[in-house]
Amino acid sequence: MKHKLLDVSRRILILLLVVWTVVSLVTLLIELVPGDPATATLGEDATSAQIEQFRQKHNLDRPAFFFSYARDEQGQRDFRWHGLNNRYIDYWGTILRGDMGRSFRSDCPITKVIFGRCGGQAATWGDVFDDFLQSRFVSTAQLAVVALLVAVSISIPLGVIAGKNRGTWLDNVLSVIALVGISTPGFVLGPLFIYLFALQLGWLAPSGRNNWEDIILPAVTLGAALSALLTRMVRSSVIEEMGEDYVRTARAKGLSERTVVYKHVLKNGLIPVVTILGLQLGVLLAGAIITEKIFNWPGLGLLLIDDGIGKRDYRLVQGCVLVISVTYIFANTLTDIIYRWLDPRIRVS
Amino acid sequence: MNRLSKFGLVIVGLFVVVAVFAPLIATHDVGETDLLNRYAAPSAAHWLGTDATGCDIFSRVIYGARISLRVGLVVVFVSTFIGTVIGSLAGYYGGWIDRIVNGYLFNVFLAFPGLLLAIAMVAFLGAGLNKLILALCIIGWVGYARVIRGQVLKVREYDFVQAARALGASDMRILFVHILPNAIQPLIVQASLGMAGAVLAEATLSFLGLGVPPPAPSWGVMLEEARDLSTLQGAPHALLVPGIAIALSVLAFNFIGDGLREYLDPRQRKR
Repeated sequence: MKHKLLDVSRRILILLLVVWTVVSLVTLLIELVPGDPATATLGEDATSAQIEQFRQKHNLDRPAFFFSYARDEQGQRDFRWHGLNNRYIDYWGTILRGDMGRSFRSDCPITKVIFGRCGGQAATWGDVFDDFLQSRFVSTAQLAVVALLVAVSISIPLGVIAGKNRGTWLDNVLSVIALVGISTPGFVLGPLFIYLFALQLGWLAPSGRNNWEDIILPAVTLGAALSALLTRMVRSSVIEEMGEDYVRTARAKGLSERTVVYKHVLKNGLIPVVTILGLQLGVLLAGAIITEKIFNWPGLGLLLIDDGIGKRDYRLVQGCVLVISVTYIFANTLTDIIYRWLDPRIRVS
Repeated sequence: MNRLSKFGLVIVGLFVVVAVFAPLIATHDVGETDLLNRYAAPSAAHWLGTDATGCDIFSRVIYGARISLRVGLVVVFVSTFIGTVIGSLAGYYGGWIDRIVNGYLFNVFLAFPGLLLAIAMVAFLGAGLNKLILALCIIGWVGYARVIRGQVLKVREYDFVQAARALGASDMRILFVHILPNAIQPLIVQASLGMAGAVLAEATLSFLGLGVPPPAPSWGVMLEEARDLSTLQGAPHALLVPGIAIALSVLAFNFIGDGLREYLDPRQRKR
């Protein structure tokens, strides 16, 4: 028990270190922008008064870090200590208060852009909740979860069929499909689906999130690579388990093949698959960026690419990167902890 | 070598030949637009048809192989180099270096979606081929470092290392002359899979408008142009051709990687 506690606390320490690094990276990224973010945002035509006002409003006139080593007007390098009065500390302060600054473009709080609705005042907690359900964050989470469900419901039956019929033509066909699925990126598959199901057959809308069925194409696109990967895993897992003694026992008891496979083999064979599943939720979160771009799905990825990077709203980019990575980190850590708790034999190094 | 990795080798060979001799193979100039001949179906003049601006798709895909190969080679080479140096130092010396590298750096890089870091970096630096390569190297070295660290940890306990030490060889000599040549095998597998990853990442970032700026004939850029609804309606082959090129090259590098892994690990060879 003590050992387990130590293990979990070590895990949490690493988690905190990772989160600290991510926040620091995101904070300092804005220093990479060539030139001045104010000019980049306002454009070349902005007057110096406008630029000055912008810099003041978004704290860009304050020192970036604890110290600076910049060239002054004469081209001399100068080391200067700024102490705690810097933007790095500012950003930490705002984040710990649950704030992520204001958008450079729309002046809306980033927290609202991501987790709620920009503009308008939510009167009751019910309104806040409604806004949250319609938010960018929930929309991405919804896409990732549905994609995961799609992947599972495709891969388990296919993997079992391939594993049961190992070496036959059916197995070979399924293996080839899985290989093609793994190596076809979402940005090839997605437009192909749009061509087939939206343009040729006219069954579904090519983009957007207006009706419930609009999620089908993005979710299948996002889940395709994962389902191919899982099919291969389920297959090898089933093959491995079929050779175990308990399968022979179950057969000797006179159980039907179906019961043997689905009640005994699958139960044991799915353990490694479940681990991968949790870790893949994070991968789906990152993959969603591309899928959202293809299908114009109004989630975090589209926000990051179109509104953030496309319109050079650097504060928004910071916010999106931060939220996506922290969600990813927490999903992974949670899976890891739950998995160790479920199966004490596993000690992931 | 199994059949699939032979297939992979053939495809990769073809890919390299096409990239090197692109100017000889291409039938048209890549920048040549022909607005009267948009969305043309494959024909004798345009083997794989034309896209929304009347560019010859065949020639663009051929030149696209150059960009993919260049990004793949540079990224894999640089990442392998950095990864090998950091990973072997951490594995050989252990102690605080290892604690920083294995306990902190690896955890940070693995706990963070690599693609997102690349997107963020390019977003702030600005798009472009070299910045894209830089971003992919920064996220890429970790995989190699992990592999090498594990190998060095294993090899440094062998008797011949003890013997070299007893003969008075320096740490650097032991590490680079005795340990590394015996630890490098799995790195070849990793590099092959890394090529697949880099080709895919370049296409992804270019697709998102963060890599090679259009009208450069990157496969990712071609896909981005082809997914426009009117182009998709008029010329679906504009999507299929670069799509197949990406899928085939990724598949081929993965086949080679899997084949090498099997070959290097005799326990897997029988399966």
